[in-house]
Amino acid sequence: MDFLNALVVFANFVLVPATAYGAQLALGALGVTLIFGILRFSNFAHGDTMAFGTMITILVTWALQAAGVTFGPLPTALLALPVAVGVTALLLLGTDRMVYRFYRKVRAAPVILVMVSLGVMFVMNALVRFGIGVNEYRFDDGARFVVDARTFREMTGLAEGLAIRSTQVITLVTAVIVVAALFWFLKRTRTGKSMRAFSDNEDLALLSGINPERVVAVTWIITAALATTAGVLYGLDKSFKAFTYFQLLLPIFASAIVGGLGSPIGAIAGGFIIAFSEITVTYAFKRVVTYVVPENPAPEGLMQLLSTDYKFAVSFTILIIVLLFKPTGLFKGQQS
Amino acid sequence: MTSFLIGENMTGGYGAADILHGCTLAVERGQIAVIVGPNGAGKSTAMKAVFGMLNLRAGSVRLDGEDITALSPQDRVAKGMAFVPQTHNIFTSMTVEENLEMGAFLRRDDIRPTMEQVYDLFPILRDKRRQAAGELSGGQRQQVAVGRALMTQPKVLMLDEPTAGVSPIVMDELFDRIIEVARTGISILMVEQNARQALEIADTGYVLVQGANRYTDTGAALLADPEVRKSFLGG
Repeated sequence: MDFLNALVVFANFVLVPATAYGAQLALGALGVTLIFGILRFSNFAHGDTMAFGTMITILVTWALQAAGVTFGPLPTALLALPVAVGVTALLLLGTDRMVYRFYRKVRAAPVILVMVSLGVMFVMNALVRFGIGVNEYRFDDGARFVVDARTFREMTGLAEGLAIRSTQVITLVTAVIVVAALFWFLKRTRTGKSMRAFSDNEDLALLSGINPERVVAVTWIITAALATTAGVLYGLDKSFKAFTYFQLLLPIFASAIVGGLGSPIGAIAGGFIIAFSEITVTYAFKRVVTYVVPENPAPEGLMQLLSTDYKFAVSFTILIIVLLFKPTGLFKGQQS
Repeated sequence: MTSFLIGENMTGGYGAADILHGCTLAVERGQIAVIVGPNGAGKSTAMKAVFGMLNLRAGSVRLDGEDITALSPQDRVAKGMAFVPQTHNIFTSMTVEENLEMGAFLRRDDIRPTMEQVYDLFPILRDKRRQAAGELSGGQRQQVAVGRALMTQPKVLMLDEPTAGVSPIVMDELFDRIIEVARTGISILMVEQNARQALEIADTGYVLVQGANRYTDTGAALLADPEVRKSFLGG
């Protein structure tokens, strides 16, 4: 019984949140890895692209709520999501036309493109702050829990409760659908295959008659969808704050690099690795340990390896370890 | 008489300095033309010039009587030219079949028959069609590369050192396949390091030196020419 209680505590505070967070990171990392594979640079503006997409989602959600439209037990934001994806896609295509296309034409070195994306990041940063401000917003509505702690305790008779929030389930389901759709697109469709070909060998893709501008445009649209979805899921699960999204850049890049830049499977694996490490290392295991070793008095400390303030250090550490021992990432991405 | 594909008096290079100096290459319909010459003679550069990957300062390229000097490589693919680069000539992360599909990217009609023809030409590819092309041996990769180029149903196939880095047995086999391709009416223009074997199958041979034509004759005549033998074929 105590062992079960320990398991429930662990699931409640580590397993479930880390799975949801991992799915959010995986979607973010997929966008980064896609841009890296096809446009061949690390897109520093990705975190703020997520923020922009989420901002549009929130604004549309508010408009829908004001008009009295809701999505039943599901968050209204899911109705707003397609609109936001469209707007974000337009923003990215516009940015590409105005900024990136020039650097592609002069065949700029990847490091220059990274700096360019840094500039784009600051512009998007400002756009979001002008658009919605710097405050924290919660925009989830509908049912809050799929299983709440009290019901769980009554159902199982355990001392500990397990709460599964609806946003966590929505995150996982949406992520699975999006990833499945993305892989189907890349593996089965003509356009998807041409994107893989372009990523694999740009010169040969040109010799085969693949239109690079079309590949680039489709890549930006998919990136918009991935970034907006990741941002909205993160915002629903936690909250939206422009600065937090900027900070998400680190774990997202860590996920993409750990998995191997340019490898979609790697991005997903990397997302979960980073999320689980971050949450496991910063979780206070005191209660879990107390249940597992009951004959001892409760441990003195919190049994927490690192304070949650240091969670970014976890991403950094994993990043450095992987870069030292397996620089191409776990799933062998591309060399830049 | 005008050839099916001709690059005439081509002069140009990558930067300020010219690599090609009035170089002329031509190939007749269904024939094999081979470019040989010492290292740095501009053989690959001449091929790239014919395919539009190099800006020409003088000279012209004509395909079937039409001046295509100003066309981009992609437009030349649409006109019926296909090019197999010396290196990086396959999509390593994609399967053999996907490589062939990408070769036919510009086509909107049914590509199955062409794919069958490629598999008939290179039977090993049929067995490996679900494998990533990057996992294949050097000779098999060259077959994928040639197969990809054939998927556009080209009128001219240009090969830049197709036998580079493959064993002598595989090389003989590749040359046999190239002859087979030529018999179907496709003109072949290729650069070869293995000059002797290549000239044996060549209808026309070009010996380039320092970006200009030194000798031009039938393959057999070049092989018989004592000057050519002494200077370029090692006696």
